Amino acid sequence: MDTLQTLLLGFIGIVVVNNLVFTKFLGICPYLGVSGRIDMAFGMGCAVTFVVTLAGTLTWMIDHCFLMPYSLEVMRYLCFILVIAGAVQLVEMYVRKFFPALYESFGVFLPLITTNCAILGLCLFLNLWGIDSLLEAVVLSVGAGIGFTMAICIMAGIRENLELADVPECLQGAPITLITAGLLTLAFMGFAGMIR
Amino acid sequence: MSDNKISLGKTFFGGIWDNNPVLRLLLGMCPMLAVTAAVKPALTMGVSVIFVLLFSNIVVSSLRHQLKPHVRILMFTLTIATAVTIADLYLKAFMPEMSASLGPFIPLIIVNCIIIGRAEACASKNGLVVSIIDALGMGAGFTITLCVLAAIREVLATGMIFEQPIPAFTDFYVPWAGMGMPVGAFITLGLMLGAVNLITKKTQA
Repeated sequence: MDTLQTLLLGFIGIVVVNNLVFTKFLGICPYLGVSGRIDMAFGMGCAVTFVVTLAGTLTWMIDHCFLMPYSLEVMRYLCFILVIAGAVQLVEMYVRKFFPALYESFGVFLPLITTNCAILGLCLFLNLWGIDSLLEAVVLSVGAGIGFTMAICIMAGIRENLELADVPECLQGAPITLITAGLLTLAFMGFAGMIR
Repeated sequence: MSDNKISLGKTFFGGIWDNNPVLRLLLGMCPMLAVTAAVKPALTMGVSVIFVLLFSNIVVSSLRHQLKPHVRILMFTLTIATAVTIADLYLKAFMPEMSASLGPFIPLIIVNCIIIGRAEACASKNGLVVSIIDALGMGAGFTITLCVLAAIREVLATGMIFEQPIPAFTDFYVPWAGMGMPVGAFITLGLMLGAVNLITKKTQA
């Protein structure tokens, strides 16, 4: 029962309270780059969720099975980035084979998932928070992905409507997106302090 | 020779204004927002980024003739990860408090798009000197932007700068807590981008 509670709290915590995009500023590049249309944003969110789940789980296992017992922590960043690059390559091949249209519309942003800070950030946070059960690491990884998907979809919805709005010329494009993101963050601050 | 000098100067100052990585190319946004609550961490972050950028540009530029196109991204990433590990260990050893407060954002330099972007766009095509100047210019542009944003936020959020009170200002200033939070970061950066767009348009017209 205790474990279930920890897992559930951890999951809700990482999806809304400690959302990586809104409170830790991770994954801002795709968040600003791919949030133009809602279907693309959702596709991006799914790809990131998959990669982050795979990468979070694998890096946790590598960290605990190989690096820590042999005190090879120096190699941590090198290993993590290699695992992430491999996972992204896998997703890229899968999407190109089965969803060619989506692959075309992503363009350069698909390989750029490798440099999505949300993914490496989560792997590092799992280590920093001292998560010591595999199950919790998996749940947190999935939660981080879902949190990212939610954030990017909300943003895409707002930006679709923003196209019709009368924005001052110098604020068009990235600036207004950043200001919108700021207001969204303000809304999500209402959840702060609920858990942890 | 003089032509050469002019283009080197152009490369350097281009990184600061014309091709400023954050304000013009929109690269490296995550650390930009995350470490700018105060000037000190921002400066540390900026210097670390300059070091990593210099290291990776030098290595990539010296190895550019040996690189096979299909493994180059992997090679860039591994070079950067090595440089970041060095910077991280250095900070842990000599500035433990700063390292603890920056948390995962030093290792996150690995996935800072500026560094891999410069390795791809400049260092893998140009000689050693141009690459070094480019790294310094881009790094300086990044650090300056980081510090300006951090200074605005720190002054508005606490009424102090470098954690020191400002005479005749701190006494009556009412701290604006929102500026120290994520909200302040997003909105200030948004307005800064807007201001840069406005200046560009005014100077071109």
